[in-house]
Order: sequence, then structure tokens, then C-alpha cells
Amino acid sequence: MAKVGNVRSADTAGIGVPRGVNMLFVLPYMAILLVMVILPLLLGVWLAFQDYDMLSGWNGFVGLENFQNLLDDRIFRGTVRNTILFVLMTTPAFVCLGLFLALALNNRLRRSASLRAIFFGSSVLSVTIVTLVWRLVYLPDRGLLANGLGVFGLKSFDLVTSETWALPAIAVVTVWWIIGLPMTLFLAALQQIPADLYEAAALDNALRTRTLLSITLPSIRRTVLVVAVLEVIMQFQLFGQALLITGGGPNNMSRPMVQFIYESGFRDLQLGFAAAASQVLFVLMVLGALAQTWAGRKREG
Amino acid sequence: MAEFSLRGLSKSYGPVEVIRDLSLDIPSGEFAVFLGPSGCGKSTLLRMIAGLEALTRGEIHLGGHRIDVLPPGDRGVAMVFQQYALYPHMTVRQNMAFGLRNIGTAAADITQKIAAASEMLEITPLLDRKPAQLSGGQRQRVAIGRAIVKQPRAFLFDEPLSNLDATLRSRTRIELARLHQRMQSTMIFVTHDQVEAMTMATRIVVMNHGQIEQVGTPMEVYRRPQTRFVAGFVGTPAMNFVTVTGAEDRGGWALVHLADGSQVVTGVPFAQLRTGDLTLGVRAEDIRQGGDIPARVDVIERLGERTLVYANLRDGSTIVYDEPGDVEVAIGQDVHLTIDGAHTHLFDAEGAAIRG
Repeated sequence: MAKVGNVRSADTAGIGVPRGVNMLFVLPYMAILLVMVILPLLLGVWLAFQDYDMLSGWNGFVGLENFQNLLDDRIFRGTVRNTILFVLMTTPAFVCLGLFLALALNNRLRRSASLRAIFFGSSVLSVTIVTLVWRLVYLPDRGLLANGLGVFGLKSFDLVTSETWALPAIAVVTVWWIIGLPMTLFLAALQQIPADLYEAAALDNALRTRTLLSITLPSIRRTVLVVAVLEVIMQFQLFGQALLITGGGPNNMSRPMVQFIYESGFRDLQLGFAAAASQVLFVLMVLGALAQTWAGRKREG
Repeated sequence: MAEFSLRGLSKSYGPVEVIRDLSLDIPSGEFAVFLGPSGCGKSTLLRMIAGLEALTRGEIHLGGHRIDVLPPGDRGVAMVFQQYALYPHMTVRQNMAFGLRNIGTAAADITQKIAAASEMLEITPLLDRKPAQLSGGQRQRVAIGRAIVKQPRAFLFDEPLSNLDATLRSRTRIELARLHQRMQSTMIFVTHDQVEAMTMATRIVVMNHGQIEQVGTPMEVYRRPQTRFVAGFVGTPAMNFVTVTGAEDRGGWALVHLADGSQVVTGVPFAQLRTGDLTLGVRAEDIRQGGDIPARVDVIERLGERTLVYANLRDGSTIVYDEPGDVEVAIGQDVHLTIDGAHTHLFDAEGAAIRG
């Protein structure tokens, strides 16, 4: 207690100290951010405008040639289409299904606690295991799906080799795999709603649907937006499931952009070309996230 | 006829019984205040009336109809919550309209009711704001407005003043009392603040441990507390309790001895006394300087218009008494006190007041 004066000066340390000293505290993080994130990002942008091949090395600046080649590449255009379709399939499913599960399981019942754990449980599995499990489900003639349909006398076909159904099949796997995160985010948001709002609504004669639409949904609007943006960013990066389930086929109908980037860069060793494709993906993701935020803002009005 | 009739209410959470066989009638137009310390069950009781807590046993009747079997919205009551519970994403107008819209009130009616209520509460300029843009006092008014537009048979208030600062709280007390006089409707108000109870209630229901200790007008509860708990809970500062011995008959009144040997002739008839330990209860305003009870001043609280002096008796117990605001008194000073016996109370070992 004798050093009250010192204690006080420590509390107000930031004031009057040269700014450079404070920078020291930020430095470790800034260094890592710079080396691991900013620099590779800029390097990637630079690479997109170069003719850079892993075998022949750097062959100089080529301007927009890589982008022109991408535009002319039928397979690449197909991957853009597939990826956007995939995002449009999964993001609404994550938001709606996640919200539905959260609403259904937001109570103190022991049953709900177990179900919450089960639904979240699959998220911790690796993509390899998840796809393995679903290969078994989708197995023609002997798989779970075929057997299930067989009960109703329906005949199943091989989804994975169908041009129409390969991408939706991957979407189902993805939603099954990581529905736990949106569900948990929604659960957290639902538990933030003060109980007395529901009590006031009960005294105001609000029935269940009315309460859901007028109290619950407006209260978690921000979380809906967060989940939507998060899922858009995550699902644009579809890769593992597609690679392991369909390998991009049949006829490229389920090949996502990241697989295209991977194959151009790591199989064909055309780094400049792959970097250019990455920039296109990056711009699409930013646009997707911005569109969501803009839509959310507009509704908030 | 009783507007509210609570009959044999009990409420248990598992093995814990928070309300025990409670019965109470509240006449129409009363401003009833449920007063008690936290955990005494007063809020639970209010929530049972509102339909937010299920009853374990008992019945609740309002205006001759049994309401404990009805959902909250159909009971004819409106509630003002402690945290106001305004719908944050709705404007003040939408907040007030929500309940009316849900029961299918015509739009013109809603507009007219909101206009009337907001004029009465002087919140008309706030109608298009959202709760986040309002001060605590304004939110309070909106919460009351939301209750008023429903024109309920009874209003329920769950400690609605506890989030306001001291100035606003005393102003709102007056406004609520005025509102009650104007609307003449039955109101039930829950609080742990005995000042709120004394100032607003037409009838105070003092509760402790899930049971009613006493029901009476504010002055009845203050002047004639039926239990030691009520005597200690109502009034500031709290009533002094002194253990006394050797009761004697002095002209029909009970005379008791304090620990230091001094005597007090109480206002309690000697004939009513039973054997057992006795406690003398006396309020600060009924003790004065200039007597034969020696004490030493320990703490002085100056409140402006009056001064509270805490003094230690010979046996070490502390007693508080009233002095005028500008009295000259110093800590450590020896004083001699006298107790106005006619205004004292005697409590038996169980804490029940002994009366004539």
C-alpha cells in the first residue's frame, strides 16, 4: 500500500508516454499479420499479372493475359457457375435449417441437450471421414439412400455420377457436416433475448407464430446476417467434399473454383494462371458478402 | 365485493416452497402493495396472478371469474415489468399497439386509444421513437402506456421504479399515485422499498418467507405492526428492539426492565402478557434525550430536517433516536434517554406483537 503513487501512474501509463513505446505492444501481431497475410495477398495479386510457371520459372509481366485466358476457359466458367450455384444452395439451407434447429432445441430438456451435441458433433469430423460416410450413403443399389428408397418401392440411381444431382448431393453432405456452427450461433442469439419480452408478448395475447415473427426474428436479425455472410464466405471455398466425392465430375458439373485453382497451380504448375483464378474467387466472395450486408442494412432501414 | 380473490395459493419449485397457502382479498379500486425483502415470494405471487408462473395449488379469481386457468393474455390484467420489457425493434406507437392488434382491435380504435394514453402520460412526442432512444423515465412511461391502452381490469407492477434514479423515483411515485386516483382501477404493486409502499399504497400486504405477515393501511402497518418482522421492515430507520426482563403490573400496564435496570411503562396491558422472553420495540421518534437511560453516542447521521443518533446502551446494544436537524451532539458524548412508553410495542418469543 505504500506505493499508491506508482500504482496510479501504471493505471494511466498510456498518457504522456511516447507513441513509439505503445507500438511495441502491437508489433508481434503486426509482424505476423504482415508476413503471413498481407504479403502473400499482395504477392498473389502480383502473380496474377505474371507468366509464372513452376517448371520454366518467371517469364515476365503479361498484363491481363491470365484473366483473358480464364474468360476463354470453358471449364473455368463452369466452375464459377458451379460454385455460385453451390453457395445459393447451401447458404439459405444453413440459415433456415440452422435457425429451425436452434428454435427447436432452445430449451432445458435433456433430450434437446443431447440433440444439440449430436448435431454439432459432425462438425468436428474431418472432410475425409464425412465424405467416406456419405459415399456409403450414396452407394448405388447397396447404400443407405438406395435401401431407404427401396422401402417405398422406389429405385435409386447413382447421384454422384449424375450431371444434375452431383452438386446437390455435395450440398447435402456439406449441410449435414457443418450445420452445427449456424445452429450454435442462432442458439447463442436466442438465449440473449430477454425472457421478459416473451412474457410481455404473452400478456399482449401474441400467439406462437406472432411471437416468432414479431419478437424472436427481429431480435436475432443481426445473427441471421452474420451467419449468411459467414456461410457465403465459407461455401465459396468448397473443395474437399467435391474432390473426394465426385472429383469434379461428371463432365465438370460439380467442379468448384478452388479445385480448378488447385489443379492449375499444383498439378499443371501454372502459378500465374492459378493466382488470377484466385483473384476472381476473392472478388466474388467480397461481392457476395457485400450483397448480404447491403440487403441486411436495407431491411433494417 | 373483492375484485381479486387469492385462495389457498401455493407455489413450489421442487422441494422448495416459495408461497405457502396464501389467501388474500383485494377490493376493487385498491392500490395494493406487496412489500417484503427479496426472496419473500412477492414477485412470484404477482407472476402467478399474471399467468407467468403456474400455481402448485389454489385458485385466483378476478371480478368473480376464475382466471388461474386462463392464458396470461385472457386474464384481463396488464403488467409493467421491472426492466420495462419494451419490444426493442418497435417504435413506441407499435409497442402500445401490439397487444391491441393481437386481439383484433380496429385500427381507428387503436389510434384513438394510443392518442389518449400518450396524452395522459405526456409521451405524444415520443411515439415514433424506438425504446433505445428513450431515457429510463420515458421508457417507464411507455411501459405504463402499453398497459393503459389495453384497459385492463387490473394493473400489475413488478418493482417498476427500481431502475430509476432517486429523483425520478420519487417523482414517479407521485405520478403513479395520481394515475391511480384518476383511473380508479385496481393496482397491485410489488416492491421491497417500504417508502414506495407507504407513499402509494391504499393497502400494504407485508410478506415474508412466502406468507403474509400483515395486511393493512400504511399507517396501520406503521403504528400497529402485528409481528416483529413487520415492525422492523416498515419505517426508516428500522424500529429499535431491546431485550427486556421482569415484567410487572403498573396500573394495568406492563412495566419492563432494560438490561441496565432502567424501567419503561409500556402501552401494553399487563393482563395480555404470557410467560417467555419479551422484546421491547420502539421507534426512533419515540425516544428523546433527558431521562434515566444512560447511553453513549456512537454514530450521527444528519439528514437535514432531522438527525439520527445511534447510541450504545450499557449492555452494548445500539439504539437509534431522532433529534432535530441542527441538534448539537458529538460522537462519544454521554446522553440520558427516555422512552415514550405509550408508543412502544412488546413482542413475544415467536415475534408476535402483544396487544390490548
